[in-house]
Amino acid sequence: MNTTIMLFLLQDGITNGAIYALLGLALVLVFAVTRVILIPQGEFVTYGALSYAMLATGQVPGTAKLALAMGAVSFALDLFDNRRSLRLKLLARSLALNLVLPAVILALTYGLAGPKTPIAVNIALSLLIVAAIGLFLYRIAFQPLAHTSVLVLLIASVGCHLALQGLGLVFFGAEGLRGPALSNAALTIGPLRFTGQSLAVYGLTIAFIVALWLFFGFTLMGKALRATAVNRLGARLVGIRTTLSGQIAFLLASLIGAISGILIVPITTLYYDTGFLIGLKGFIAAIIGGLVSYPLTAVAALVVGGVEAFSSFYASNFKEVIVFTLIIPVLVLRSLAAPAVEEEKD
Amino acid sequence: MQQRLPLVVFALVMAAIPFIPGVPPFWIVLLDNIGLAALVAMGLVLLTGVGGLTSFGQAAFCGFGAYTTAVLTTAYGVSPWLTLPLSLLVSGLAAVVLGIVTVRLSGHYLPLGTIAWGIGLFYLFSKLEFLGRNDGISGIPPLSIGSLKMLDPGTIYFVIWIAVLVSALLTMNLLDSRTGRAIRALRRGHIAGEAFGVQTPRAKLLVFIYAAVLAGLSGWLYAHFQRAANPTPFGAHAGIEYLFIAVVGGAGHVWGAVLGAGIVVILKEILQSYLPLVFGGQSQLETIVFGILLVVLLQLAPTGVWPWLMARLPIRPARKIPDTSLALARRARAAESPAPLLRVEKARKQFGGVIAVNDVSFEVRAREIVALIGPNGAGKSTTFNLITGVLTTTGGSISVLGTKVDNAPPQEVVRLGVSRTFQHVKLVPDMTVLENVAIGAHLRGSAGALASMLRLDRADEAKLLAEAARQIERVGLGDQIDQPAGSLSLGQQRIVEIARALCADPLLLLLDEPAAGLRHLEKQRLAALLRQLRDGGMSVLLVEHDMGFVMNLADRVVVLDFGTGIAEGTPEAIKSNPEVIKAYLGAST
Repeated sequence: MNTTIMLFLLQDGITNGAIYALLGLALVLVFAVTRVILIPQGEFVTYGALSYAMLATGQVPGTAKLALAMGAVSFALDLFDNRRSLRLKLLARSLALNLVLPAVILALTYGLAGPKTPIAVNIALSLLIVAAIGLFLYRIAFQPLAHTSVLVLLIASVGCHLALQGLGLVFFGAEGLRGPALSNAALTIGPLRFTGQSLAVYGLTIAFIVALWLFFGFTLMGKALRATAVNRLGARLVGIRTTLSGQIAFLLASLIGAISGILIVPITTLYYDTGFLIGLKGFIAAIIGGLVSYPLTAVAALVVGGVEAFSSFYASNFKEVIVFTLIIPVLVLRSLAAPAVEEEKD
Repeated sequence: MQQRLPLVVFALVMAAIPFIPGVPPFWIVLLDNIGLAALVAMGLVLLTGVGGLTSFGQAAFCGFGAYTTAVLTTAYGVSPWLTLPLSLLVSGLAAVVLGIVTVRLSGHYLPLGTIAWGIGLFYLFSKLEFLGRNDGISGIPPLSIGSLKMLDPGTIYFVIWIAVLVSALLTMNLLDSRTGRAIRALRRGHIAGEAFGVQTPRAKLLVFIYAAVLAGLSGWLYAHFQRAANPTPFGAHAGIEYLFIAVVGGAGHVWGAVLGAGIVVILKEILQSYLPLVFGGQSQLETIVFGILLVVLLQLAPTGVWPWLMARLPIRPARKIPDTSLALARRARAAESPAPLLRVEKARKQFGGVIAVNDVSFEVRAREIVALIGPNGAGKSTTFNLITGVLTTTGGSISVLGTKVDNAPPQEVVRLGVSRTFQHVKLVPDMTVLENVAIGAHLRGSAGALASMLRLDRADEAKLLAEAARQIERVGLGDQIDQPAGSLSLGQQRIVEIARALCADPLLLLLDEPAAGLRHLEKQRLAALLRQLRDGGMSVLLVEHDMGFVMNLADRVVVLDFGTGIAEGTPEAIKSNPEVIKAYLGAST
């Protein structure tokens, strides 16, 4: 192997790794706040990417309607939960968040969608749609289960993944889609050519890592979110609104997912079910980071991307096998390093 | 025999179904699929519902079973019946390898690890040349007995359902045994089980292998039923579906697996055939409905359908009354040995910069009750954990009858005759008092998993239960023997823990706040019991905050403060010791 190939593989690995890092960060974020292991993270990626790709061709993606439908369910659940203490203020807030917001997004999408819509508008619309879906997903599926064990949450999370992936097929069809690049600028250093797209990937990833680290380490809101994860009851007793924490976590996660999707859809063709695999690779990074550390997750994601790039060159058939079995030695090391703590379950 | 009656009826009904005239052949195919899924789900019931180890990767073990027979029968012409043990062996070996690396994982790492290797193995199946890559292997010969070739779903039906019934019977036998109790205690954490000699990692590995072998059996049957094997049915989604089946049916119940398989397979069939009619020709609609149903089910009925159904049926399990005339061999006791039973010398435990136990020394001799007292945070429970091997010491030495036990595993310590109770009660709430107490006698039985499955353990088992019943009677909870331990008051649960500790036939009993939560009369009864045990030759070391209780009961008192021993002596001497008064009440300086 010569240096050029190696550099290419490394570059490829870093670009993929950066995406995995973004997803890994979102997974760590959601787990740290809600204890949900977010398997549907991959669906946020495909929804973001394919909504953007469809908007680029001038079509209205079905996800916009899904957001409205999920909003309606959330609204109904809010009504049911508060049936004994319906106050106008509560009702108005739930109505605005769950019905008016997705309706406005849907109307905007219909109004703005067209073959000549600028890229920035399409991106904004896709992000809005997916963010709304993320928010409502928490309300519908996880908020009623917030007090249960990690395992129950994990199984529910798998259920959400199945439903959302099936819906993805309905919305986007079985054919893969590609979206237009964010910029056509390119930069050449030595034998390597950096596209504007890959530079955007690096930049956004670094920005998110720093932002999340600052947010959780240094702001009151961030600390409140972490407190919710450790002890919901305790957090409530000191006045933290635990439901709000969960909503924020899901909102951020779906945004990060959608951004990752929009970043990669110009580079590779995405199918309705691609997100699952991409998300799982983000997972591997997140698990290596112990589901708590942002910087470690980012580093691990780069390793996963690198391993994937090199194994696709040397043993392309076994690329996935290698990437997914990578996790096992890591898990073993983790559990050896941190002796099992006695857990009080049920 | 009464308990077996529903099983016999079920077996007869299942055997009769194919002979009912007018049963559509398609129903038989569905029943075959239900049986195949039920086998895998049964393994998951044991693994996840009972043992608390979640696996998303069971489908991969089906793959091992199916591909083993597929390769051997097509490429080497081996008879299908000969490949059965090999299929089971290969899935079992795969479980040993994966189990050794993953079973150690704590909490949510295990399910994540199983997702990872589940997907990894799926890709391996679909890439390996000798497994036919994505196309798989076709032309697998059918099962045959003599000249009868099981080509149609109606004949293999019997093989599948015999497998299901036999597996269900073996699984239920296993759960109702010494090994079964150890498995059922896994879900509540490992400390309590290990304190009575349960080898937790081995028990976990055992259920992991058992579940994998059941999945391998299902895979072997699948290969000869479809007469082909390809990677799709062994992928990540199939693994998720099996877990779904177990959760729907009721993850803690063997028959929940069969019920869950029935519900899910039939539901899937209905969804697949009717949804496209309602919503047009879209495929994959059933996964959407499936996913939504899974979430709704978890929100409405997290324990599954089987327990819900059982609660509504008038059938109650028959009471088991152990024959208390059977006796277990008791531990050999040295006649009046002058050496101390327990010697703690300069024991030390540091957690980072905090010294929880600071060079504490004391002894417990034969036939005496020693109380360990001190304000909150004095290091009393930590000292207990050092003695029983739950924690390792940082320095010093602890010995039982001259054998050094510092840094010995808890299983070794109990073997030497030291058994304990816990400050925070560690019982299995959904097991009966009898079953909980019988865990205490774990080391006094010897029957293994295989013997239990085949019911060769009955003599051994009867003795264990008799011993447990005797100890329950002794502590005065005879009326509660059949109740789930979780339904008792906290004070009574502490007493159950004492009965469990007594079941280990200890020389030294360690009690961590046994009187907390007891009423006055109950405390008197407990004190009387402890005196009676001492007079019978046992020693007791107890941590307690109730000074009236301690001072009336103990022969000697050891006082700890901030991890350091500050006084030791008779109750009278301790009561007037200025250091002790200062530690408890503070002193004006």
